[in-house]
This record gives sequence, C-alpha cells and structure tokens, in this order.
Amino acid sequence: MTGVFSISPNAIDVEALRRTLATPGAGAVVCFEGRVRDRNEGRAVSSLSYQAYRELAEAEGRKIVEEARARFGIAHALCVHRVGELAPDELAVWVGISAAHRAAAFDACRYVIDQVKARVPIWKREHYVEGRAEWLHPSAEQAPPRT
Amino acid sequence: MKYRLLYFASLRDQAGSAEEAVASTARDPHALYAELAARHGFAFAPERLRVAVNGEFAGWNRELHEGDEIAFLPPVSGG
Repeated sequence: MTGVFSISPNAIDVEALRRTLATPGAGAVVCFEGRVRDRNEGRAVSSLSYQAYRELAEAEGRKIVEEARARFGIAHALCVHRVGELAPDELAVWVGISAAHRAAAFDACRYVIDQVKARVPIWKREHYVEGRAEWLHPSAEQAPPRT
Repeated sequence: MKYRLLYFASLRDQAGSAEEAVASTARDPHALYAELAARHGFAFAPERLRVAVNGEFAGWNRELHEGDEIAFLPPVSGG
C-alpha cells in the first residue's frame, strides 16, 4: 500500500491496513467500511462500477487525510477506494484512524469519509437487476456538504 | 492550440472515448467546454462541473497553454 490515500483496482486488504495504523500512543482505532448496497432509491442493484481520475483523486484524497490530521490531532489516517466492478456487499471504501482517544478518532473518520464523497473525483455507475445502468451525478442538494 | 482532453463517467460515454487531442482557438476552459459540449452533446451546465488542468483543480477562466491536459469533471459519486 502506498501513501495515506490510494485508489485500488484490487480487493482491499483490511487486516494489512489496520496493522499499519497501530502505534503505541493510540488508544483508539476507528474504521469505516463502505459496502455496495443491493438497492438504491427503490431499485434493485446487481453491481456497481467505479471510475476515478486517479492522479487527481489521490492528490485530493491525500489533502483530505492531511486536513484530518491537522484538525483532529490524530496519530494516523488511511483511506483506500476501489475502482472497477463490485458486487453487492463488496468493500468499496475503507477509512481507518488511530488516535490517543476515541472522540478524535470518530470525528476524523467521519470527516474523511464525508469529504471523500464530496470532493474526490470518483464516480459510480449502478447496474440494475432490471438491466439498465446509470452513472450517478448527484446534484448539490443531494450531495453531502463540502465543508 | 492543441490540448489533451480527459473524460470521465457519463461525459466519457457521451464523448465515446476516455481522451482525445483537440485543436481549438479557445483560450480558457469556459470557451473550450462550450465547443466540446456542442460537438459531443454534453448536457451539463458548466456550474455543475469542476475543471482540472494538468492534474490539478483550476478555475473556469484559467489561461490555457499549448499541450495542457484538461478534464471537465461531472458531479462526483464516490463512497
């Protein structure tokens, strides 16, 4: 795994990531797993495909992780986002934070996933059981806030 | 001037390719997007897109240079 934020075409190795978060001063580790749902807005989803502007996504993702470190005083932060075809229940995005205490770890984890969803150039295409497929391009009202 | 365009998600589908080389008289992303939208039938208003030039976010009035790599990014949906 390279860097604090990466785009991966391969399955995310959660155990390996979690080991890299360990540090003697960190009494709290908080991890978030974003998984593929089998439904969205009432439609049955058979699979998702994710596409990324890799160079810019990794740069923006690194920025978000650095913001979290500066803002919440955590020990380590890591985030990996998948690209390619994913089936329901597959892990699409993973965020892990270690910190001295739990409050900062929870807050930083929430910050990283919210900002990744709002800012990082990654797109999902939903394939529906009924046969059609659509790129999701949420409007500003649907998207989580950028701040 | 010659530019390289990168397309993602629904814009990639509409353009029919992930990237293309274009020769254009446009000197900023705003003018360039207007040309491309007309040619490819892109429906997004510029307000819904973000611009990247040479791998970094950029403004719509940024001055473009020969060989710049430009991407118009539709609303993101990662996570």
